[in-house]
Amino acid sequence: MQWIDLLPPLLRGAEVTAWITIASTIGGAILSFAAGIGSGARFAGWRWLARTYVQVFRGTSLLVQLFWIYFALPVLLGISLSPTVAGVLGLSLNIGAYGAEVVRGSLASVESGQLEAATALNFKPVQTLWRVVMPQALVEMMPPFGNLVIQNLKDSALVSLISLSDLAFQADTLRNQTLDTVPILTLTLLMYFAMALVLMLVMRAIERYTVRLSGREVSR
Amino acid sequence: MKPIVTFEKVTKRFDDDTVVLDDFDFEIQPGERVVLMGPSGSGKSTVLRILMTLEDIQEGVVYIEDEPLWHEKRNGSLAPASEKHLHKMRGNVGMVFQHFNLFPNMTVLRNIIEAPIHVLGLSRAEAVKRAEELLDQVGMSAKRDAYPNSLSGGQKQRIAIARAMAMRPKLLMFDEPTSALDPEMVGDVLEVIKDLASEHDLTMLIVTHEMGFARDVANRVCFFCDGRILEQGEPEKIFTAPTEQRTQQFLRMVLKE
Ligand SMILES: Nc1ncnc2c1ncn2[C@@H]1O[C@H](COP(=O)(O)OP(=O)(O)O)[C@@H](O)[C@H]1O
Ligand SMILES: [Mg+2]
Repeated sequence: MQWIDLLPPLLRGAEVTAWITIASTIGGAILSFAAGIGSGARFAGWRWLARTYVQVFRGTSLLVQLFWIYFALPVLLGISLSPTVAGVLGLSLNIGAYGAEVVRGSLASVESGQLEAATALNFKPVQTLWRVVMPQALVEMMPPFGNLVIQNLKDSALVSLISLSDLAFQADTLRNQTLDTVPILTLTLLMYFAMALVLMLVMRAIERYTVRLSGREVSR
Repeated sequence: MKPIVTFEKVTKRFDDDTVVLDDFDFEIQPGERVVLMGPSGSGKSTVLRILMTLEDIQEGVVYIEDEPLWHEKRNGSLAPASEKHLHKMRGNVGMVFQHFNLFPNMTVLRNIIEAPIHVLGLSRAEAVKRAEELLDQVGMSAKRDAYPNSLSGGQKQRIAIARAMAMRPKLLMFDEPTSALDPEMVGDVLEVIKDLASEHDLTMLIVTHEMGFARDVANRVCFFCDGRILEQGEPEKIFTAPTEQRTQQFLRMVLKE
């Protein structure tokens, strides 16, 4: 088989990988902020919920989480989940738990003087969070978030084990059919790397935006 | 006239063993400008922070005018204040911090208008007008659209003063407003505070070790030591004829610096 013949099936897999990664990164970001903010909430119930979620999903392996969501959860709830939904849900929950720790830490890293000034101006806690703390904390979140997004892309290969035909799945299938191990795996590697590069560029652009938002850059 | 601030037998402890204020009594009359002086660690900032609701109290009552600050009257007795009550009471008080604490993510103008718009409910136009008047008073109009990180310490502190003034507090407090500044910037900031004191009949509570400034601005100087006022009076009296030995020692030390 020619290299060129390997491309279409691998690209189809890469497309699945890209969508799964994008969807679970967005889902993970939402969960990160919800749980990261929730773990500092005044209402103890929210704090407990946020912290329990983080503990559970950081303390167990992604593979087991995916299997549990795909095979066990449907039985418990009496519903059926498509591999795509199960995959995106599992990846989101997993990456969100790590992201929540980043959000929590970054919010806590904003100087206490900022909170005191906000209190002195009589801001309500929600106003302090969104107007003062969050714009300064975002810039702290970006480098670790960048790592998490790349990690999420790499982790997404595990969804091939719940029968999603992502890039890793296609590579494995082709290898079993054709035995062209070297070109298949080389192309697969390059495709993952290309996607990682794109993600890094996107994250770098977001990081530059958050630097401006934080007022760290001196502008006159 | 009833006092604007009353501390009545107030006790403030940190983690049960450090007692900062013990049975502390203190009053400020409306329009008075009081300077607190005294050794580091004696509890001056704590007094200000209690009034700004940044520190709670363990015993006694603090009144702003005749309303308790850290308590609420419920069925005739005093219960600990709710967040709602604290929010209401905070509107009377403003504070300028040693390290300015400007919001780096906002321009100078936005630092000043943000709370008037979102806390006081002013329209943007009203808030901007108020901010521009204040910027003019503190001599910072040219930096209206700059970000705090591009300003010197003295400029930052003048903005912080304008920001606090924009809330129109009845009581404005300054916690060592010039002690984080380079010496050449101190004069400008003190000048701004003096101008405000003469133009507005604002009640002020100021922690400072600048004696010349205290002499100009204060009606009363309190020498504060170990969580209580050891000696107080008109600046002239405290600075020229202090009766307590601790006051004399402290003043000699400050003068030497
Ligand atoms: N958050 C805190 N926790 C424990 N002790 C504190 C805290 N804040 C202040 N203190 C102690 O309270 C005392 C008074 O502090 P402070 O009011 O800042 O003094 P001053 O402003 O006169 O220098 C000091 O001994 C200080 O160590
Ligand atoms: Mg102090």
